[in-house]
Amino acid sequence: MSDASMPTATPHGSIHEQDARTKRRNAAESRFKAYGIIAIGIGLLMLLALVYTILSKGVGAFQQSFITMQVELLESKLDKTGERDIEKIKKVTTFGYAPLIKTAFEKTTAENGIETALKSKDMAKMLSKSAAAQLRDYVIANPEKIGETIEFRFLANSRIDGYLKGRVTRDSIANDKNVTPAQLDFADQLIAAGVLKKTFNIDFIIGADASDQRPEAAGMGVAMMGSLFMMLVVLALALPIGVAASIYLEEFAPKNWITDIIEVNISNLAAVPSIVFGILGLAVFINYMHLPQSAPLVGGLVLTLMTLPTIIISTRASLKSVPPSIRDAALGVGASKMQSVFHHVLPLAAPGILTGTIIGLAQALGETAPLLLIGMIGFIASNMPETIGEGLLSPNSAMPAQIYEWAKRADPAFYERAWGGIIILLIFLISMNTLAVILRRRFERRW
Amino acid sequence: MSVKLTASALAIAAVAATSAAARDQVQVAGSSTVLPYASIVAEAFGENFDFPTPVVESGGSSAGLKRFCEGVGENTIDVANASRKIKDKEIKACAENGVTDIIEVRIGYDGIVFASDINGNGFEFTPTDWFLALSDKVMVDGELVANPNKTWADVNANFPAQPIQAFIPGTKHGTREVFEDKVILAGCEATGAFEHLLAHAEGDTDKAKKKAAEKACISLRTDGVSVDIDGDYTETLARIESNKDGIGVFGLAFYENNTDKLQVATMSGIVPSTESIATGEYPVSRPLYFYVKKAHIGVIPGLKEYAEFFIADEIAGPDGPLAEYGLVSDPELADTQSAVADEAIMGSNM
Repeated sequence: MSDASMPTATPHGSIHEQDARTKRRNAAESRFKAYGIIAIGIGLLMLLALVYTILSKGVGAFQQSFITMQVELLESKLDKTGERDIEKIKKVTTFGYAPLIKTAFEKTTAENGIETALKSKDMAKMLSKSAAAQLRDYVIANPEKIGETIEFRFLANSRIDGYLKGRVTRDSIANDKNVTPAQLDFADQLIAAGVLKKTFNIDFIIGADASDQRPEAAGMGVAMMGSLFMMLVVLALALPIGVAASIYLEEFAPKNWITDIIEVNISNLAAVPSIVFGILGLAVFINYMHLPQSAPLVGGLVLTLMTLPTIIISTRASLKSVPPSIRDAALGVGASKMQSVFHHVLPLAAPGILTGTIIGLAQALGETAPLLLIGMIGFIASNMPETIGEGLLSPNSAMPAQIYEWAKRADPAFYERAWGGIIILLIFLISMNTLAVILRRRFERRW
Repeated sequence: MSVKLTASALAIAAVAATSAAARDQVQVAGSSTVLPYASIVAEAFGENFDFPTPVVESGGSSAGLKRFCEGVGENTIDVANASRKIKDKEIKACAENGVTDIIEVRIGYDGIVFASDINGNGFEFTPTDWFLALSDKVMVDGELVANPNKTWADVNANFPAQPIQAFIPGTKHGTREVFEDKVILAGCEATGAFEHLLAHAEGDTDKAKKKAAEKACISLRTDGVSVDIDGDYTETLARIESNKDGIGVFGLAFYENNTDKLQVATMSGIVPSTESIATGEYPVSRPLYFYVKKAHIGVIPGLKEYAEFFIADEIAGPDGPLAEYGLVSDPELADTQSAVADEAIMGSNM
C-alpha cells in the first residue's frame, strides 16, 4: 500500500494541492467524524431526556404534605382501666385511635378560625390511613403520656398531597370517589392557616413499604437495607471465591483441555440471563436447602452466582496484565510461586480486581429478575432489621424490586414514588461506578 | 484477606443456622386482583398484632395456587389468593403433594369494568356488543363467518365509528375467565351463535357437545383487534393512554383510583359501582377467595389470626377499609367468619 515509495509513470503534483483521490479520502474522514459526533450527540440527548424525565417525575416523592395537630390522648379511650398495663393498651387497635384524630382535627380547625361545612368524618379522610398507626405506635412506646395532649405531624392522604403537588386538580377529581372539591377547599384553608404544609419527607428514604391504601406512607428504607444485606452476602462470597478461582486458573493451573473447558464455561456463564439463576436459586436454596423465602440471604446467594463470572473474568484480566518480568524477578530472588503471587502479582492487580468487583456489585444491585422467583417481589413491609441475622433472614425486598412493585400499583401516587425510587437507586449506582473509576485512576499502573 | 474470610465464614454459618430456624411470618401469594386487599390487611395485621407483617406476593391466581399445592412445610406458602374458585384439577394436584385440608375463605366480590380514555367516546355496552366485536366467528344471515367487524359502528349502529381495539387480561389472570364467562359467552348465547355451534358441535354426549360449543364461543379473534395483557392493570392503562381508541378491562378498584384518566362504560345499562355489584344488578362480577393450608395452622404463628382478621367486620365489612378500596363486601360474611373460626375445610359440609 506504500504508493509513495513505488516508482510510477504519472508525475506527482504539488503536495500542497490535493488531487481528487486525496480529497475523497479527506471527505470520507470528515464524514466519519461527523457521524461519530452525531452518534455521541444522540446518546447525550437520550441521556438528558432520561435524566430530565427521572428528575421531573421523581423529585416530588421526596416531599410530602403533613398536617400538624394537637392530639389529646384520652385515657378513657386508650386505657380504660388506668393501670397503664402495656398488654391492655395494645388491645386497642388502630380503629380505636381513629376517633381521637377526628376530635383533634375538629379542634385544630376551630383553633385556627377555619369555617367549613365539612363533617369531621370527611376531614379525617384527608389524613393518611397511617395516622392511627402512628398514634398507636407512639402510645405503646410512651404509655406514660396517656392523658396528655401531644403535637403530632400526620401525613396528608395521597389525593390531598397530589393537590399540593399539582397532580390533583378540581377538574381531575370530577369522578373521583376518594376526594371531594369541598375537601380541596378545606385544604386551601388549612394551607393558609399553616396547618397543612409540604416539607421534605425523610420517611421516603428510611421508611418501609405501605399498602395500596396509603401510598403517602411508603418508603424505600427497608428495601435499601435488603439490598445492602444482599450486597454484603455477594461481597463476602463472590470476592474470595472469584479471586481464588482466578488466581488458581491464571497462575497455577496447567494449561490443558480441562482448564480450557472451565475457561469457556466461565465466559458462557457471564452471558446467562439472570432469571436462570433465579430458577436455580428457587430449586437449590429454597426447595432443597430449605432456606427461608424472601430472605436477602437467598437473594445474595443467587446474585453471587450471577456476579461470580464477572469477577473471575475481570480478575483474570488484571492478573494477566501484570508483566511476567515481575513474577520472574520474584522467582529469581528465591520466592516461592505462592509468595510471588501474593506478595507481588496480587497487590499490583488489586485495583483492577476491585474495579471489576464494584462493577459486578453495581450490576447485582440493579437486578430484579432472579428476585422474582425467590419471593422478594411483593408487599413486604417488614420493619428495619435490628441484627445482622435478622437482616439476612427476615423477609425483605430490594431497591429495584420495590420500584417495580410501586410501578404496578393502581394509585397514581405510587407512580411518583417509583420514579423517586429510581433516583435513589441511580445515586447508588453512580457513586459505585464513580468509586470504581477513582480507584482505577488512582492505583492502576501501566507497563 | 482475613477480614474477607471471616465475612464469608459468617455467611456460611448463617446458612447453616437457618435450616433450624422457624419461619415466623405468614407467607401469601397469588392473584394480583386480591393483592391490594391482602396488602391492606397484612399492613393492619402487622400494626395491631405482635406478629410480623405477612409477606404478600402476586403473580396470578393460577401461579399462586400452583405454589400453594407444592406441599406442606415451612418452605411452602401458607395462603393462596385467588380471583376464582380453586379447580378440581388443582385440588387433586394439592392432594398428590400432601396438601389435603384446605380452608376456603370468600372475602367478597369484585367488579370488572370496561373503561376507555377520559376524552374519548363513551359507551353503553351489552355482552352482545363484546361478542360481536371480539369473537373469532359471528353469525351473519344464519351462517358462522369470520368476524368482519372493524369499527364499533359495525357492531352496534348506536356506537361511533371508532376502530375496535380491546385490551383484555391474558389467560393467566382469573379476570380473563370471568370476562369469557359473563361477557363473551353471554353474548354468544344472546346472538344465537351458541345454538348454532351446539347443533354442529362434535362430541359423544350432550355434555361434551356443550363444552365444545362453549369453547368455540370464547375463542377470540387473533387479527390484533383484541390484545392480551399479561401484566397488570397499569399496563392496560398505559396502552389506552398511547392508543386513545383502546378500551380496556379493569378491576373496579383500579378504575376508581384513576378516574382522572379513564371513563367507565355501562354494561346492560348499569353503571358499575360497589352498590350495583352488591345488589347483583351489574352483571360482571366475581367472588374473591383466599385458601389456607390447615396443616400450617399452629405451625406458622399468626396464620389463623391473619385469616380471621381478614374477614373480621372491621376489615371486610361494608364500612371497613377493604370496601373503601373497592371490594364489594360479602352479605354472608358472618357464615365465613364462623367457618374460619371452626377451621372448616373444603368439602366437609358440601
